[in-house]
This record gives sequence, C-alpha cells and structure tokens, in this order.
Amino acid sequence: MSSDAPAFEISVTLKRGRPRLTYEFTAGPGLTALFGPSGAGKTSLLDAVAGLARPAQGRIAVSGTVLYDRAARIDLKPEQRRCGYVFQDLRLFPHHTVRDNLRYGWKLAEARRRSLGWDDTLDLLGIAPLLDRMPATLSGGEAQRVAIGRALLSGPAFLLMDEPLASVDAARRGEILGLIERIRSDLKLPILYVSHDRAEVERLADRIIPIPAP
Amino acid sequence: MYSLAPGWLSPAEWEVLILSLKVSGVAIVAALPASFALAWVLARWRFPGKVLVDALVHLPLVLPPVVTGWLLLIAFSPNAPLGGFLERTFGVTFLFRWTGAALAAAVMALPLMVRAMRLSLEAVDRRLENAARTLGAGPWRTFATVTLPLSANGILAALVLGLARSVGEFGATITFASNIPGETQTLPLAIYSALQMPGSDIQVARLAGLSVLLSVGALVLSEWLARRSGQEKGRHVL
Repeated sequence: MSSDAPAFEISVTLKRGRPRLTYEFTAGPGLTALFGPSGAGKTSLLDAVAGLARPAQGRIAVSGTVLYDRAARIDLKPEQRRCGYVFQDLRLFPHHTVRDNLRYGWKLAEARRRSLGWDDTLDLLGIAPLLDRMPATLSGGEAQRVAIGRALLSGPAFLLMDEPLASVDAARRGEILGLIERIRSDLKLPILYVSHDRAEVERLADRIIPIPAP
Repeated sequence: MYSLAPGWLSPAEWEVLILSLKVSGVAIVAALPASFALAWVLARWRFPGKVLVDALVHLPLVLPPVVTGWLLLIAFSPNAPLGGFLERTFGVTFLFRWTGAALAAAVMALPLMVRAMRLSLEAVDRRLENAARTLGAGPWRTFATVTLPLSANGILAALVLGLARSVGEFGATITFASNIPGETQTLPLAIYSALQMPGSDIQVARLAGLSVLLSVGALVLSEWLARRSGQEKGRHVL
C-alpha cells in the first residue's frame, strides 16, 4: 500500500444482465459521489467494491490495495476488504440490540485499525442513548445513525455509502448531511457515495462521477 | 431398576415409556444433523437433480409407512449390502433391535424436520449475512451469529415435529423392527398389542393417556423455549 496511490482505482464490467455495465474511474481522497438515476447500477458497483458481487472482469484497488483483479486472479473475500458499508436498506441485525450491532464489527477489528474510538463514535453520532434499544424500535434517522456507527466502528479502510438519506425523513436530512460532512473532513477515509440527488451530491462531494442511465 | 419407579406406573408401563423416550431421543439426535444438512442444501444450493433429492427426502412422508418399513428391511437386513456392511464394520444391527426402531423413527421424522428447517433457512435475509461479511465476519462466524439465531425457531419447530412424529411412529417400526416387548415395543406398539387382548380397556386407556401427556409436555416445553429465546413477543414454534 503506498500513501500516494489514488483512493479508488476502478475499472470493472459488472455481470448485471444486458447491456453489461462498465465503470472506469480513478479518484483521489475525500468523498467521491456516484451520481445518476435509480437503476443505473450504482449499488451493483458498491457491492462489487465490497466483494458481495463478483464483476465479470476488471480491477478494483483502494488506496493502493488490490481488492479484485481478474487478470491477476485476486479476489479478496468481503471480510478481508475492510470496507465500512452503509447499506441503503441499513441491514441492522434485528435480533441484536443497538449495542450488539455496533459491537459486531468492533470486536472483529484489530485495535490498531480502529480509526475512531467507541465513545467518540457514539458522541459523534449521538447514539449513546439508543444502546439498549432493538433496531425495530428506532426511527429512520436513529437507525441510519446506528448503521453509520456500525460501519465506522468496524475499523474500515474506506467507506461505501448507498443513499444514506433514503430512509431519513425530510426534517432529519440536514442532521445526517452534517454528520457525513464531519465524517468526511475528520476521518480522512476515502468515501464512495451513491446518490441520485443533485443538491446533496453538490454539497458533499469532492468530485462527482456521473453514472448515466443504462 | 423398576423398583425405584413411582407406583403410579406399572413396571411394564415404565419399560414402554423409557424405551419410547430412548428410541425417539436417539432418532432425533441422529436425524438433526442429517436433516439440517439436507435443509441447507435444498434452501441454498442450486444443482441438477435437486428435484430428485427433494422427492427422496419427502418419500417417507408420502409413502405408506409399511412400505417405508419394508424398504428399510430390504436395505438394512444383514444379507443386504448396506446392512451387511454396517454389521461387519461397526457391529451395528437393526433388525428386531431397538436401534431398528430408532432408525425407522428417524427416517419417518426426517421429511418433517427438513421442511421446517428449510422454511426457516429460506426466511433468513441473505442481505444480513452480507452485512456481517463486510463487518469482518467469515462464513462460519456469519453462520453462527446471523443465520443460526435467525432460524433458531425453525430448528426448534423441527425438533418438536420430529419428536412428535417419532414418538408416534408405528407402521415402519412394526414392519422393520417388529413388536418385541422391551426391545422394540414403543408406546404405539404397546397400545396396539394391548388392543389385541380382550378385557384390556384400562391398560389401553392408561397407555393412551401417557402418550397424550408426552406429546403435550413436548409442545409446552418447546413453546417455553421459544418464548425464552425469542426477542420479540408473540413467537410461536408451530
């Protein structure tokens, strides 16, 4: 891993029906927004970066670490990629409390890789009062903050955020937007951010990669 | 041994009860890993011939139990390749032994257990398993911390259904393992034998009452376990 390597080097063709989707871009540090209409395959690209979907061909590297390279037969497992994935549908574990959801990745991360402390993360996101609740009892905004916290606490090398404002009602959007701005500027983690909202992307992104409709 | 037993059951009745519990307990313990593996394969894998595996698993559910017993007789008699192999290699025999009654009970319980576990495995949200993987959990940890807890009620349901089925097993057992008091005569077989004797109405009623108690007890126990393990209210096993 070299420090001057680009944050994201992506050149993949995804197996997603026809026509096959090809993405090719290189992005520096900060927040890179993939901007385009729904159904353009933006989530499929995040899944490929996370290792949840295997591309048909290509190469994916983050900060100089090769995660996938078809030609070199490299395909790291999802648990080896150290991505903090904030899913559009959140995917909090319904059978665990908020505390145990947050602890899930925290326990598995090596201590030296935890970029942010437990208490700091809880303070940043304001989720300390929620620890004993079950995910089903959380509001959209609360659940979104817990999902972001769970990703941050798993010691990620980069973040993937898929429409993080989708499950938040209008009144709470500003609050979550502010949080993401703070995460972007405070944590220095490369972020790949998916959205279909132009105003949101223009406010947050260091660079915008347009994804056209297929 | 039987002198220690409380007086409200006769020694013969105790013998039948203990044997029934032993036979169905061993049957369920043996059927549990096999049926979980089959449920997993049917729920998660795609392969040619899956329909055939599915049909084979369900065979004991749709065949007359006597036919299942007869097929077991053919497969596991000491003269048959499989039965002979088991006897020579492991010294295990099934014919006219309590192990045969347990085997028959396990085979009859298998389809019900596979069905219950398969349904609950199919209901587990794969997206949650993916989330666990991105948080650093390998396949086994994901299985133990996400898949298994989320399908626990289905596995418990499978145990109850399987236990009920194996305690009540009659046709395959009497065909395959015969009706030998103290060896293969479980509760249903004992009831059947008692019915053959004139003037045994009370004996029949007592044994029937015993099997009702056993079944209701198993159901109550499983509901209690489900409630204790269930996070949300209103969970039921069946």
